[in-house]
Amino acid sequence: MSNLPVVQVTTLKMQFMLLFSRQGKLRLQKWYVPLSDKERKKISRDLVQTILARKPKMCSFLEWRDLKIVYKRYASLYFCCAVEDQDNELITLEIIHRYVELLDKYFGSVCELDIIFNFEKAYFILDEFLLGGEAQETSKKNVLKAIEQADLLQEEAEAPRSVLEEIGLT
Amino acid sequence: MPAVSKGDGMRGLAVFISDIRNCKSKEAEVKRINKELANIRSKFKGDKALDGYSKKKYVCKLLFIFLLGHDIDFGHMEAVNLLSSNKYTEKQIGYLFISVLVNSNSDLISLINNGIKNDLASRNPTFMNLALHCIANVGSREMAEAFASQIPSILVAGDTMDSVKQSAALCLLRLNRTSPDLVPMGEWTARVVHLLNDQHLGVVTAAASLITTLAQKSPEDFKTSISLAVARLSRIVTSASIDLQDYTYYFVAAPWLSVKLLRLLQCYPPPEDAALRSRLTECLETILNKAQEPPKSKKVQHSNAKNAVLFEAIALIIHHDSEPTLLVRACNQLGQFLQHRETNLRYLALESMCTLASSEFSHEAVKTHIDTVINALKTERDVSVRQRAVDLLYAMCDRSNAKQIVAEMLSYLENADYSIREEMVLKVAILAEKYAVDYTWYVDTILNLIRIAGDYVSEEVWYRVIQIVINQDDVQGYAAKTVFEALQAPACHENLVKVGGYILGEFGNLIAGDSRSSPLVQFNLLHSKFHLCSVPTRALLLSAYIKFINLFPEVKATIQDVLRSDSQLRNADVELQQRAIEYLRLSCIASTDILATVLEEMPPFPERESSILAKLKKKKGPGNLPDIDDARWNVNGSTEHSENTESTNKSPPSLMADLLPTNRPRPASSSPTLLSAGTMGSSHPFTDLLNLNSTPSAGASLLVDVLSDISTPAPINVSEDNFSRFVCKNNGVIYEDQLLQIGLKAEYRQNLGRIYVFYGNKTSTQFLSFSSSVTSSDTLKTHILPTSLLNVHAKAVDPTVDGGAQLQQVVNIECLSDFTDAPVLDIQFRYGGTLQKIAVKLPVMLNKFFQPTEMTSQDFFQRWKQLGVPQQEVQTIFKAQHPMDTDVTNAKILGFGVALLIGVDPNPANFVGAGVIHTKNTQVGCLLRLEPNTQAQMYRLTLRTSRESVSQRLCDLLSDQF
Repeated sequence: MSNLPVVQVTTLKMQFMLLFSRQGKLRLQKWYVPLSDKERKKISRDLVQTILARKPKMCSFLEWRDLKIVYKRYASLYFCCAVEDQDNELITLEIIHRYVELLDKYFGSVCELDIIFNFEKAYFILDEFLLGGEAQETSKKNVLKAIEQADLLQEEAEAPRSVLEEIGLT
Repeated sequence: MPAVSKGDGMRGLAVFISDIRNCKSKEAEVKRINKELANIRSKFKGDKALDGYSKKKYVCKLLFIFLLGHDIDFGHMEAVNLLSSNKYTEKQIGYLFISVLVNSNSDLISLINNGIKNDLASRNPTFMNLALHCIANVGSREMAEAFASQIPSILVAGDTMDSVKQSAALCLLRLNRTSPDLVPMGEWTARVVHLLNDQHLGVVTAAASLITTLAQKSPEDFKTSISLAVARLSRIVTSASIDLQDYTYYFVAAPWLSVKLLRLLQCYPPPEDAALRSRLTECLETILNKAQEPPKSKKVQHSNAKNAVLFEAIALIIHHDSEPTLLVRACNQLGQFLQHRETNLRYLALESMCTLASSEFSHEAVKTHIDTVINALKTERDVSVRQRAVDLLYAMCDRSNAKQIVAEMLSYLENADYSIREEMVLKVAILAEKYAVDYTWYVDTILNLIRIAGDYVSEEVWYRVIQIVINQDDVQGYAAKTVFEALQAPACHENLVKVGGYILGEFGNLIAGDSRSSPLVQFNLLHSKFHLCSVPTRALLLSAYIKFINLFPEVKATIQDVLRSDSQLRNADVELQQRAIEYLRLSCIASTDILATVLEEMPPFPERESSILAKLKKKKGPGNLPDIDDARWNVNGSTEHSENTESTNKSPPSLMADLLPTNRPRPASSSPTLLSAGTMGSSHPFTDLLNLNSTPSAGASLLVDVLSDISTPAPINVSEDNFSRFVCKNNGVIYEDQLLQIGLKAEYRQNLGRIYVFYGNKTSTQFLSFSSSVTSSDTLKTHILPTSLLNVHAKAVDPTVDGGAQLQQVVNIECLSDFTDAPVLDIQFRYGGTLQKIAVKLPVMLNKFFQPTEMTSQDFFQRWKQLGVPQQEVQTIFKAQHPMDTDVTNAKILGFGVALLIGVDPNPANFVGAGVIHTKNTQVGCLLRLEPNTQAQMYRLTLRTSRESVSQRLCDLLSDQF
């Protein structure tokens, strides 16, 4: 192999996914590349501002630094993925949609509050669907089955709580 | 609070979240959080052992606080306890906490790894999945070391559950990305490829990602994946939409998997096997056909998924670049999308067409859409779409449509978004130059650019127009007339004044015959702008005035009056004052002949890479330079000319216009009287001009004049012990014996360098008669007269060095052309009555004059292909002399001077770099690739540059370093 193959780089990974509200509050963040806390905060802040400044009906894709941002708004929440420049924008858009469908099915008409109060569930569902930034299981049924099985294990494990604890006084 | 949905009731957590939400101010929130942190801390520290539930709740609260953006510095230990718990629910929270927060506290890693190890061995699929997810989320090197060898066996074991296989595949992929050296290849690889045949589409989907990554690392090992991927793809695209059940997404069969398979195929050239190839072509045709079918659903998800597959198929077609029919069909399909009502599709079509434009098969087809693209530029409401339109116009431009495209871009520029103006200006300037049929059009275009977007016209752009006017006799009169007219405007941009001043100063005589543009009128016009301009522009105008004195004796008195005025002679700015004084003096004492010689018209510039192009290359963006030639690109398309200039240029160096922006752009002077070799570092050429007749000062004789020193025989035993250690670094100790230590500190910029040499007297006795000088022996051997390739000046030093003291010497270097031999530092001094002589090879190598060049992989491969002549490539294979450490290698390549291009090479273990060598006469673009083979402890190094000698020299230098 004395010549380089005429190939572009084809491993394209998702860099991170952010969920944030119209007020710019981060609701979920998932990083698939190692970054320091400081970098993460700066990226989130800059990107949230950039996206909130865009008008509805604008293109769902934008170039940002050397990344491509794919985003979509669902009610009060923005879902935003950063992928590499050559990656497939439309399939990323549908990754977002599939995740929204999963949340919707699991919570039953999901709203922002569900994600705030059950943020850990939102992370678990995401891990079942995407791992390391790649689609792991694209079947809605299979993902939900995995989560529901976990919930069953959870309920079995829970012991009754004292009344004081139940009302959150501990 | 919402109706609690499923799962557990961590009421305490829900109450806390509600409290935070009810906080009216940031302060209140911080207060509430601090209270909670104190509470949790006391619970964790308390004597009473916490039960699992409480621990879980508190860890969850900490996680919530962290995700709000606050720092968390405790709780890791409790989280590790949780993940080691036998209760799924506790384990899950423990893992989540660790996945999110682990990088801030890695001393727990061995405990975490222990928990993971137990879960992987548990044979409980839910536990195994949690552990695998954690590895994939954290992906640290420590985890790779602990588990990279174990995961392949989980992945290919016959009895592993499907869901575990999926997690294992992607977990391995993550580890391969972070620590590719730790993921062992082995007999499992063949079995991984066969996962493409798995019954379970989820397994195939996860495996396809992994295989794509591995195939880039070692394409040969995964070649068998081609036929499996084609077979799988073929089954998907021909399936009825319900066949794949839950893997059908809005009537599109397995879109994610299809995209991944199409990506995997982009790791390889078109299949060689004819049957396989035709099967793949059929698949691609089917995908293109489906785009024409009526949609099966009105939902946007249907069309998005369908088009995601279509765009990926088009990417593969472009990648293969071998089937003209498919390319043209792809182009037509994209053409339809250009007018689609979905903004997203228009954006993607513009983007994808940019790459099609560079294929010879589809370039013409792309061009037919010019009107639509121009329309997009005018009507799109979203700037990111307009940006794509600009890129596409740039990519589809050729001689046939350049005038139209440049005109449209100019007219768009008047209202263009500020964010893209500078890039557009560069693009217009490049297209105007590249496709100029006559130079009057070029001059008009650039002046228009300055008029419309003067603030965005960088130095490079106006330097370039002057270079071209000076080099093209036939356009000079037109240029003078045009700038004269443009300067009539009451408000004109300062950049126009610069161009106007320079051009009238050189060629004002060509229009002076017309009484409307007589010398006095020209001068008054320029001088009317003078007071509104910044210092650099005024300095340039003063130079234009002295040129006028030579061109037009009749305005001499007027100009002398201006120069003589207090506002010039006593100007607060030293540069302006100096120019005024010197020019005035020159105009008074010099005879007409001397004036005419000194102020002679500028000689042609040596051809070199357009500085504008270099600038645009720095700005990135997809498809930004799809079809511009390599570094040897020049105005009139002739490269012969440039070779000539190089070899006939015997003159001493002139100042670099780029380094000294206050100067006028200045050609490599062929009038040697104008500048002496000693002017390097002076900011003002005319200072030296006035010194011409004076006797050189005593100090000047100490300057090493390269030309005269060539005959000096080099001393014997030149020390080069440490020479090679300086190839990739600039600072360090180059020589040391019992008496003397010599340290170096060097800095380089473009073709210039400066070395600070530190002589340390290690003894307690004074060195006497200390002297040091530098000789450079590398010359252009083909010439009768020796012409140096390096210009080296060592400043004189004190003749004594006290015991224990250090002496500093500055050596300035200018690289004139590519060279091989390094200059030698000759040192002499008396120590205890004996004369010591030391000669040390100074580590000045060709690679020091690198400027790194960042580029996209697309650009990289295009250039790589362009440098395909066998002589341009030099390759060597050598044994590693040092441990093969990725970070060290990265640092060395960066130290070598090139940009390290991450993610360009399909094999992530390889190193790829790019840079431009700057010499005064030319610039040489250089691409390099280093392929380590850890098993054999060998490297293969490949260099491609436009010059054989440069490739060879760089290869020799770098191959010594690993």
